Amino acid sequence: MAKVLVVTSGKGGVGKTTSSAALGTALAQMGQRVVVVDFDVGLRNLDLVMGAERRVVFDLINVVQGEAKLAQALIRDKRLDNLSLLPASQTRDKEALTEEGVGRVIAELKEKFDWVVCDSPAGIERGATLAMRYADLAVVVANPEVSSVRDSDRIIGLLDSKTLKAEKGEPLEKHLLLTRYDAMRAERREMLAVEDVLEILSIPLLGIIPESEEVLRASNVGAPVTLNNPGCAPSRAYQDAARRLTGEMVTMSVPRDKKGSLLGKLFGRRAA
Amino acid sequence: MTAAVRSRPSLRFRGRSFHAMVLAPEVPVAAWFTDLDEWIQRSPGFFQGRPVVLDVSNLSLSRSALADLLQEFSARGIRIMGLEGADLSGHDLQMPPVLRGGRRENVIDLFAGEEAQASGKINSQIQEGDAHDVESAGALLIETPVRSGQSIMHLEGDVIVVGSVASGAEIIAGGSIHIYGALRGRAIAGAQGRKARIFCRKFEAELLSIDGYYMTADTVEPHLLGRPVQVWLEGDRLMVSIQD
Repeated sequence: MAKVLVVTSGKGGVGKTTSSAALGTALAQMGQRVVVVDFDVGLRNLDLVMGAERRVVFDLINVVQGEAKLAQALIRDKRLDNLSLLPASQTRDKEALTEEGVGRVIAELKEKFDWVVCDSPAGIERGATLAMRYADLAVVVANPEVSSVRDSDRIIGLLDSKTLKAEKGEPLEKHLLLTRYDAMRAERREMLAVEDVLEILSIPLLGIIPESEEVLRASNVGAPVTLNNPGCAPSRAYQDAARRLTGEMVTMSVPRDKKGSLLGKLFGRRAA
Repeated sequence: MTAAVRSRPSLRFRGRSFHAMVLAPEVPVAAWFTDLDEWIQRSPGFFQGRPVVLDVSNLSLSRSALADLLQEFSARGIRIMGLEGADLSGHDLQMPPVLRGGRRENVIDLFAGEEAQASGKINSQIQEGDAHDVESAGALLIETPVRSGQSIMHLEGDVIVVGSVASGAEIIAGGSIHIYGALRGRAIAGAQGRKARIFCRKFEAELLSIDGYYMTADTVEPHLLGRPVQVWLEGDRLMVSIQD
């Protein structure tokens, strides 16, 4: 049974696109058939992060409006056979998306794939509500800062009311993905602690992605971080998160600062 | 125990009833208007700034006839604040609201309808099953966290929240507000009287209000934050005490 996953957040710039690409890729690396759909119509970023920007011919809008077949618009990843991308249009605006059209495309995608990962635009407008409309489960991406947490709270409210599942009275599975977590700054209380965020949002935690240069490096070379450097800390965190999505029990670890103490610093240097 | 110090008089909300004059035109309408014109000539300014309700139950009017009638009144400078006895089908939005027994009819009354009363909500994104009556007294029980941007309004009685009220959310209750979690948003209690109280397990509110008297987070003493508290009204001051 195919699952439709929406990756969403209230605030922009928290790492939705990075997370969509990384989670989608991690799921594909586990052998699942995955398609990642870019709903950020008008901006289009996912193809860049996944290194497919030169291969875009048709996009989501073309398919929604019936100008292209789904097979024509899907871009298969060069590195992973079972990973595909459905890009967003940069020339149209989000008004071109219709609820029925999106529903039709999602239904078609569900026949071909195990996971349909929808990369939602930020905010609470039409684009975001359409991206979450047909979701079976949601990953809410938040940074450990108050503005991001509050907007995520708002989005959780929308997930509970505007999705098809919620309207039918079924509970929508929701998970929190905490990104750009900096253990050192959290210890200095410059960031919200994990417990605080969880207490405010009260939805289960899917993973904590540590702040890392690896994420930026990967997006600059156009490869999801889990493909670019599978061994680095954010990649491992994304892989764990993807395993939790498939129902596996993986123990959660809050990233701690390795260079926390002076002693650690000294030992760290000696070892190097 | 602490009291809020306010520099400005507090904002108050009251219920109030007003008298309005009712004009009931009779057939033939033209003759009735002639009489009205005579009356206006004898006492000019009588209708000036005076709210008038138009009772058209004696006349069976089509939509255009009703519009013409309203035109006649506005030509005489008489302001019609509502229509009584009018058929709703002949009504358009530019016309004054239709009233029955002095209450508006063509608007969706958020508090009178059966459904609205059962769930007692406006703009709330809570599912039907989540909010229900606890008892006939009309307490509203909410078993999910109240999220930022949600507004729960229940003017019939108390509101009980089993969970937290997020920053940016608000609870408006006719009676008291009970929150078995953290209160980070706004709690507006006592729309029906000053006996109402606000209780919460973890106090981080943005705004508290009872019977129109309010208090913002700034004026709350820091030692109360994060504690279980009770808020009540004494005179015109909100009192907050820790409950342990």
